[in-house]
Amino acid sequence: MGKAIEAIDLSIYYGSFRAVEGVNMSIRPKTVTALIGPSGCGKSTYLRSINRMHEVIPGARVEGRLELDGTDLYGAGVDPVGVRRQIGMVFQRPNPFPTMSIYDNVIAGQRLNNKRMRKDATDDLVERSLRGANLWNEVKDRLDKPGSGLSGGQQQRLCIARAIAVQPDVLLMDEPCSALDPISTLAIEDLINELKTDYTIVIVTHNMQQAARVSDYTGFFTIEGTGKPGKLVEMDETRTIFSQPKQKATEDYVSGRFG
Amino acid sequence: MSTDTSPGPAPATAPAPPSSKPVVQPGDRIFAGFATGAGILILVVLAGVAAFLVTEAAPAFVAPAEEIPGGGGIVAYIWPLVFGTLLAAVLALLIATPLAVCVALFITHFAPRRISQPLGYVVDLLAAVPSIVYGLWGVAVLAPASVGLMTWLQDYLGWIPLFAGPVSATGRTMLVVGVTLAVMILPIITAVSREVFLQTPKLHEEAALALGATRWEMIKMAVLPFGRSGIISGAMLGLGRALGETMAVAIILSVSGAVTVNLISSGNPSTIAANIALQFPESTGIEVNTLIASGLVLFLITLAVNSVARFVINRRREFSGAN
Amino acid sequence: MSIDTDKRDAERTAAVRPTEDKIARQGRLPRWSTPGALAAAAVVVGGLLAATGAFSVGLFVFLTVVLFAVGLYALSRVVEGARKATDRVVTIVVTSAFLLALIPLISVIWTVLSNGIARFDVEFFNSSMRGIVGEGGGAYHAIAGTLVITALAAAMSIPIGLLTAVYLVEYGAGSRLARAITFFVDVMTGIPSIVAGLFAYALFALFAGPGVRLGFAGAVALSVLMIPVVVRATEEMLKIVPNELREAAFALGVPKWRTILKVVIPTSVAGIASGITLAIARVIGETAPLLIAVGITTGLNFNPFDGRQATLPVFAYYSYAAPGVPRDPYIDRAWTAALVLIVIVMVLNLAARLIARLFAPKTR
Repeated sequence: MGKAIEAIDLSIYYGSFRAVEGVNMSIRPKTVTALIGPSGCGKSTYLRSINRMHEVIPGARVEGRLELDGTDLYGAGVDPVGVRRQIGMVFQRPNPFPTMSIYDNVIAGQRLNNKRMRKDATDDLVERSLRGANLWNEVKDRLDKPGSGLSGGQQQRLCIARAIAVQPDVLLMDEPCSALDPISTLAIEDLINELKTDYTIVIVTHNMQQAARVSDYTGFFTIEGTGKPGKLVEMDETRTIFSQPKQKATEDYVSGRFG
Repeated sequence: MSTDTSPGPAPATAPAPPSSKPVVQPGDRIFAGFATGAGILILVVLAGVAAFLVTEAAPAFVAPAEEIPGGGGIVAYIWPLVFGTLLAAVLALLIATPLAVCVALFITHFAPRRISQPLGYVVDLLAAVPSIVYGLWGVAVLAPASVGLMTWLQDYLGWIPLFAGPVSATGRTMLVVGVTLAVMILPIITAVSREVFLQTPKLHEEAALALGATRWEMIKMAVLPFGRSGIISGAMLGLGRALGETMAVAIILSVSGAVTVNLISSGNPSTIAANIALQFPESTGIEVNTLIASGLVLFLITLAVNSVARFVINRRREFSGAN
Repeated sequence: MSIDTDKRDAERTAAVRPTEDKIARQGRLPRWSTPGALAAAAVVVGGLLAATGAFSVGLFVFLTVVLFAVGLYALSRVVEGARKATDRVVTIVVTSAFLLALIPLISVIWTVLSNGIARFDVEFFNSSMRGIVGEGGGAYHAIAGTLVITALAAAMSIPIGLLTAVYLVEYGAGSRLARAITFFVDVMTGIPSIVAGLFAYALFALFAGPGVRLGFAGAVALSVLMIPVVVRATEEMLKIVPNELREAAFALGVPKWRTILKVVIPTSVAGIASGITLAIARVIGETAPLLIAVGITTGLNFNPFDGRQATLPVFAYYSYAAPGVPRDPYIDRAWTAALVLIVIVMVLNLAARLIARLFAPKTR
């Protein structure tokens, strides 16, 4: 588990509109990479292109290559559904399935794909995933209750448990804490630190302190104006980006001066 | 259905261009196929409805005038029916719409909160009562009960052509039909209006109240402008129902075939739908074709009404502030 | 800012008594003024009518309401000002309109109930009209026919309607085909029921020759009326399923069709089921298309592919419009049939509400 991601001159289009232009980025296995930048700079679009989630919007396509341990994710004959099984995703707002119990939410990936499992194997997977998401102790007595009855932070950790239950190689997180209070945010950040021993994690965040706290590497995206494509300005170790970035734009952004 | 054994769109060996056909799971293809097929089936059914009506109606349009029942040709046969249909429906609409808006306002903004929700349920229930029930009620209760009122109308307002009389002794008049249809469509218009009134943004209402508006001023400022398109679409839905309503008219109205606006006499024009229901069981040959032709005309009328309604709603939507 | 507010608060506290008095004195009629004015109006009108000797309930109520509205407006205008007065009049108008609208609706229910209860007996539900002249007999055959034909119509409409809605929301969104379907579903919503009956007749007359009457033809006619309702209801329900749930499933590597079947539809199943139930309630009382396409018979016929079938609404219509001799038993049966129809429709409506409540996603 934990694979490398390599973007080579990757551009993302919606119809004829170029949303992201020429991204070259290497993401190392079992690291946390944060993507930062102003709103609309394409960081979320780029993140969603990693597991082909942006294709949900009709007309979306990419140019260039995106490789997961050397295999092109956009190659001919690659099923986006298979890609998403390898690369899990956690969203901005916690979105447990309202019709399912906590238990069923965790194994939703298996259940929805009609994968048959023995009862003890499922129990084991549920416990392992919930422990992995630091949620087991809070919910072990009410696994049959609806997932939507949990607090926001618990729901988000339930979503993480659900994502790791599919046993992916990579976890993508799209502003996973922006809808949470500070205490829940802290819990998620701790969890991210633990998860990186097993997974490659890419996280989009608006919160620069968060990027500094959780990530090993940071990529800074920006956009020159509305209608222009977003670009990766620079990417380096998080420490370097926040202390001595090579680009003026990065320095302005991380120090709070925009321009 | 094609399965995954069929040649795929992009063979794995071929160096595919970047914009190659995406891989689609066989399950997805089958399911999408079914869903699309169902949609297309609806189009086919509708085309079928139109085609069958036109082919079956065609003989009536080309037949010589004396063969059409009544002997005056197809236009002379259908015209009084069209007139009767429009008269009854418009009458019902004029009676029902203001009442329905008031009822919807009462339920949403005037009634105590505790009873407003049950009232909403009751209105929804009444909207589902079959029209044959309203027809039975109209002929058994309303018609005899309204003879007195109609006599009064003739005595005091007889100078208006609408109430010229002489009053029908059984009460089976156009006015009673109009009122019955109004009672029938009242719950429908109310239900739609209530729905939009409830959707009025609370912020708009509170903004108006915060400006010191009375309840009526708040309704005038926030609720009615927001709900206007809803009222119109409800009214058009009701009009469509009234135009196509068959049984209530067939069972109540005493018909002479005259084209008259006199609402309280016993000589009334029939409506298209009621005429079909009354004549169809005993009709053969060209008579059936004539009835189907009249049905086609009715379809076109309701289509026109619905199109106008949709046009109004679409044009208003941009200004309703719903988004 | 906060200092400002504090100061103003202090001022307000100081001036609170006089201000309140002012509001009270300027703005308000006492609470009993509304019932008081109503009672006064009733007494005056009642007295006048009694004096002239032209007393009738309708006239009394009408004049009382008019006098009440005018009187309260004048009073309120003097005491509270024009705006409040208008508000009061509107309240009176809206309330009386509501009460006025209630009269016929209550009358409908009452009439059907009081006339229909006479034959609401066991015989009505377990015997047909075969060989019945005059008293006795029942609508067993008509109830059976209604259930068979409606079930058949539902069996055709529900899959087609559901799948079409799925196409419109999940697959077609924005495409030309989807827009065409949406438009024509709208058109279909406006088809008068009698025209649907004519269509079904014309369709089957093509295969079976003129004069054909068939339960299945009635089911086809009802489907034409029911499909657009099902499409609409389902479409609305699918649209309100949050996109996030679809994305969550996609991100777990679930194919789209499984996402629709196992996440989207289960999430909205309560609304869909209740919408379908309402659609059934809507067509089960349809009379006109069945009159045209199915006709009527006196005996029991469970087979919708073999000749005429009796149905409840048509049975009610013919019993009333073309009674035999003696007349009364036929009229009684018509009312009871109407009562049974109303009961069925109400049960379906309540079932729809119950379904919506029971199957709604739980949060606790």
